Amino acid sequence: MSYHADEKGYYGEFGGAYIPEMLYPNCEELRQNYLQIMGEPTFKEEFHHLLKDYVGRPTPLYFAERLSKKYNTKIYLKREDLCHTGAHKVNNTIGQILMAKKLGKNRIIAETGAGQHGVATATVCALMGIECVVYMGEIDIARQAPNVARMKMLGAEVRPATSGSKTLKDATNEAIRDWINNPVDTHYIIGSVVGPHPYPDMVARFQSVISEEIKSQLLEKEGRENPDYVVACVGGGSNAAGAFYHFLDTPEVGIIAVEAAGKGIHSGESAATSALGKVGIIHGSKTLLMQTPDGQITEPYSISAGLDYPGVGPMHAHLYTSGRGEFISITDDDAMKAGLELCKLEGIIPAIESSHALAIFENRKFKEDDIVVVNLSGRGDKDLQNYIDYFKL
Amino acid sequence: MNRIKQKLQEDKKILSIYFTAGYPKLNDTVKIIQDLEKNGVDLIEIGLPFSDPLADGPTIQASSTAALKNGMNTALLFEQLKDIRKTVSIPLILMGYFNPVLQFGVEEFCQKCEEIGIDGLILPDLPLDVYQDQYEAIFKKHGLINVFLITPQTSRERILAIDAASEGFIYMVSSASTTGAKNGFGPEQTAYFERIASMNLNNPQIVGFGISNANTFQLATEKTKGAIIGSAFIKHLTQNGTSGIAEFVTQIR
Ligand SMILES: Cc1ncc(COP(=O)(O)O)c(C=O)c1O
Repeated sequence: MSYHADEKGYYGEFGGAYIPEMLYPNCEELRQNYLQIMGEPTFKEEFHHLLKDYVGRPTPLYFAERLSKKYNTKIYLKREDLCHTGAHKVNNTIGQILMAKKLGKNRIIAETGAGQHGVATATVCALMGIECVVYMGEIDIARQAPNVARMKMLGAEVRPATSGSKTLKDATNEAIRDWINNPVDTHYIIGSVVGPHPYPDMVARFQSVISEEIKSQLLEKEGRENPDYVVACVGGGSNAAGAFYHFLDTPEVGIIAVEAAGKGIHSGESAATSALGKVGIIHGSKTLLMQTPDGQITEPYSISAGLDYPGVGPMHAHLYTSGRGEFISITDDDAMKAGLELCKLEGIIPAIESSHALAIFENRKFKEDDIVVVNLSGRGDKDLQNYIDYFKL
Repeated sequence: MNRIKQKLQEDKKILSIYFTAGYPKLNDTVKIIQDLEKNGVDLIEIGLPFSDPLADGPTIQASSTAALKNGMNTALLFEQLKDIRKTVSIPLILMGYFNPVLQFGVEEFCQKCEEIGIDGLILPDLPLDVYQDQYEAIFKKHGLINVFLITPQTSRERILAIDAASEGFIYMVSSASTTGAKNGFGPEQTAYFERIASMNLNNPQIVGFGISNANTFQLATEKTKGAIIGSAFIKHLTQNGTSGIAEFVTQIR
């Protein structure tokens, strides 16, 4: 079985492009060109040059000694938190801005929830001198003020999404509507491995640099390319897709995806899509999503704004249903505790999204000689207010 | 014969009206259908509301949100429509997004449509290839015509494929936009209407998006078989409720 997208963008039964005809030419142009463009030597060269000198790659693979001691296993942290702009999101936006240039686009749109992808998009648009419009739910604009300010400083226009539930899924709808209205000059930089084909595959490929580096770094440190486990949090699933990518077809490597349970899977306030979702269509992709029995998409909840997406990328839906991936959900409280623990034991303040992945060690046993790589997808600066409120700091 | 096909054979321009089921009030559905037929509308598109209508502009979005808040859902719509064929004979099309249909069960959905006397479906986010691979046989078994969209950006090759897959009519989206976005037609639209007319497709075309009054209806139907009014009618319902449907329809033609 393959865990990669097939030609039509399917991972098993998931994926595809369930889009209205108005979007067909846009997606088709991308589909016909993305693999070829990504394979061009000049593209590769520029992508790697920017990842190195602008983003700061390769990011370290850090052996977390005190954390390892505490949990009696070997824990490595892949330090995506050290990327420029503070998270893995920029790997994708660098790739897509170069793609947009190759396609001759002169206007960029994006959606954002917490603002991390919006900032990463505004950043690369500033870098390239390209117009940038970021859609953000009205409610998120109010609760993520620092990232709104960052985007503005970087020259982007932040447009409030006022429809539906006024959060990430609605910001995504607005971005898609913008793309329908501007089919020729605009490229849509989607922020995760979601949306219609070819987005999930394209974004996964851009993020796959994470697992490519893990392999060579682990070889250097441990004399072997493959860890026993790779752990990553899943919102839409882009950091996880990147961390898993080069291990997908290596069954010896255990893949662990961590979702946000919010206040508990059955609390009615959760974002644990694999547990709560059913097969359906969201943002042009057939995948698992949280919805009413009538097929209306519901609003998820997590303390971490980056994880409260009502679906998961089709790659992850397939990893879940095929059994290739182990899916675990972590509550707000457990994630916050794990985040604080990393601060105390390793001197690293993680993003709350990443804290969910770190909470795996309180919730699952590993053997003493297991090598467990946790993808530390982002840093906690953006979450300071949440940490302050939660721990009454 | 399917009522849509029958209607299309008439030597006249088709006026089709879209409205969102459950809007403005939950139980307005049947009255709106009856009034539209009584006032000479040729075809009705009944919108099944969806939480995330990504091809729709603000007017239809708002009507969907309101309809869902009113309590509309797929099963209830079927319940409201169960005796509709006792009072109207106008062709009826259900229009909506694919996810609610998928959750209802495509086969069950089509079965219900047949029982009620629905003639066709418009599901903009059900792609042509998926329809052909998985659902065409089911639609046909239940006598449902599936209507596909084309836009000014649709390639010639794809238009021909869509024409070959269609029976009934092709829904011709007037410009690159979501519903209700543009007002009036310019030279770009005229050129597009002429280009499509000159292709001599097997299926007649009915234009949608941007038609709101007698003038735009007339322009849209010069080279085509008919036109669809959606957002303008929703706005009318917002302002007037279900009264005055006669006035709205008669000012169109
Ligand atoms: C630090 C961090 N990690 C993870 C995510 C979740 O996204 P994804 O699942 O696509 O990696 C986000 C999203 O904003 C993020 O900022």
